[in-house]
Amino acid sequence: MRAADLLEFAWRVVRGYRSRTLLILLAMGIGVAAVIAVSSIGEGARLYIVNQFGSLGTNLVIVLPGRSETAGAMPGVLIGRTPRDLTLDDALALKRSPAVRRLAPLIVGAGDARAGARSREAPVLGSTAELMDIRHMVLAQGRFLPEGDPRLAQPVCVIGAKLATELFGPRPVLGEWLRIGDWRFRIVGVLAAQGQSLGFNTDEIVIVPVAAAQALFDTEALFRILVEAKSRELIAPAQSDIEEILRERHEGKRDVTVITQDAVLATFDRILRALTLAVGGLAAISLAVAGILIMNVMLISVTQRRGEIGLLRALGATGPQIRLAFFTEAVLLALGGATLGLVVGKLGQVAIGQIYPEIPFTPPWWALIAAPATAIVTAVLFSVAPARRAARLDPVQALSKR
Amino acid sequence: MIRLQGIERVFRVGGETVHALRAIDLQIGAGEYLSIMGPSGSGKSTLLNIIGLLDRPNAGRYLLDGRDVTDLSDDEQARVRREKIGFVFQFFHLVPRLSAAQNIELPMMLAGIAPEARRERIARLLADYGLESRAAHRPDQLSGGQCQRVAIARAMAMQPGVILADEPTGNLDRHSGKEVMALLEGVHRAGGTVAVVTHDPEIGARAARRLRMIDGAIEGDERS
Repeated sequence: MRAADLLEFAWRVVRGYRSRTLLILLAMGIGVAAVIAVSSIGEGARLYIVNQFGSLGTNLVIVLPGRSETAGAMPGVLIGRTPRDLTLDDALALKRSPAVRRLAPLIVGAGDARAGARSREAPVLGSTAELMDIRHMVLAQGRFLPEGDPRLAQPVCVIGAKLATELFGPRPVLGEWLRIGDWRFRIVGVLAAQGQSLGFNTDEIVIVPVAAAQALFDTEALFRILVEAKSRELIAPAQSDIEEILRERHEGKRDVTVITQDAVLATFDRILRALTLAVGGLAAISLAVAGILIMNVMLISVTQRRGEIGLLRALGATGPQIRLAFFTEAVLLALGGATLGLVVGKLGQVAIGQIYPEIPFTPPWWALIAAPATAIVTAVLFSVAPARRAARLDPVQALSKR
Repeated sequence: MIRLQGIERVFRVGGETVHALRAIDLQIGAGEYLSIMGPSGSGKSTLLNIIGLLDRPNAGRYLLDGRDVTDLSDDEQARVRREKIGFVFQFFHLVPRLSAAQNIELPMMLAGIAPEARRERIARLLADYGLESRAAHRPDQLSGGQCQRVAIARAMAMQPGVILADEPTGNLDRHSGKEVMALLEGVHRAGGTVAVVTHDPEIGARAARRLRMIDGAIEGDERS
């Protein structure tokens, strides 16, 4: 039997039994579409988080006070001592490392921001001019914190776009005074609206020089030091330099934690990839169900078409020919179902993309291959039994029923 | 040339042993026209199935055109059947989703004959059996007589030496039955071996050689 004839024969069967074909296409289609849609959501979440981390800054190394130990209780607690503070001098010392491009010390607190009669609770960030470049901040008006000696507490500030409208309404903001506690700051810049970035809304913050924040919150201790390495390759050297410099400055104690954005990102990346795979795997179960449906329908089909099978045997069809005919039929159905599923899954992904435009839903490449491949493989596997049963039918008995 | 020697066929039906064929010795020459008659359960159809290689005897030997085909594998028998034997059934056994032309094409498709050659043969068969205007019709759009004509055309598609017909008129009115018999006799006149199993004495009597079966044995073998 020629391959083209085999295909045509199977095609006529598929077209001849419309409702059966539709049923199988539906089952297969739903299975494939579910895998595509679900893995698109997982992949979208992963890309979303990766992008969010990206917006945090590039080649970022973050220094936090205290050491996170992997074993044993917190040593600080046992000895009765809190970890040593990170100071502005610690931060400035890090510039010695050749791998560091720039850095920004960071103090975070909350303050009551007042302008005229209006007042609003706002997060206050103390930092330096370099924060803008490290965090990829964009200004809507004015300028950022002035360059110069960070130990100088100039009474200037930059505020978020939302805070600006809330405090001043439509009035011009630049040059106005903003009161925080007992301190006054002249507003020199307004940040462009950026929205949420990893749970931190830059639209509502006030940024003041780090020395001013130290005075405002009456503390020397830094919350973080953000360090930007000169390149991706220099992240690791920068990390070890930082650890070395701070160890020297802290009398040989390793009492800071240095994390790289890459490490955090890689962890998230791994978790979300695993999650996507797991959820995709769950959806793939529906493919197995579709495979069993194909087997059922094919078995029923063998019973219904006993007469036809007997006739084919009488006309000189060999066992392998009959097996192949049923096999081809199953593969055709699976191909159709897989195609339908790919289209529906893609449409579904575009539809959710319309509802949540900020999340980049996209099916991962492995799902695009694995879902239809699983569909076809299950269809082929599950059609083996019906095809064999058809080939083994006794022609005399098969023909005896009308 | 069909030669059966000591053919036995035994069925076991619910613990009981039924002798469908007992010690059948039969020789059918090429080009013979033969009818097989007898009461229900006398083994007519079983004999036809064994000749058609659809069934295997429990004992005895079967030589077809001088070749012992008794112990061939299923698939080898299928190939012999494809080349040498055409079947016509009481219930036509047309594939319902295929047109008349496509039904006729089936055996040629199974044999892997090239499409151009198939088209030629189909056209000739449709013309021979008066079905040109019905080529694209499906079986449910054809009368019983037309269906049986399609079935005969299909049986003849591979130009087999032997046509086996099991009650070919059993499901037809008298007029269509006569038409069908005329076509089968045409095959015989063209040199084919034709064996017809029938209940109908009138149809049985038309054959040049008439077998009579009772209880799985050949009780009469008349020639005229």
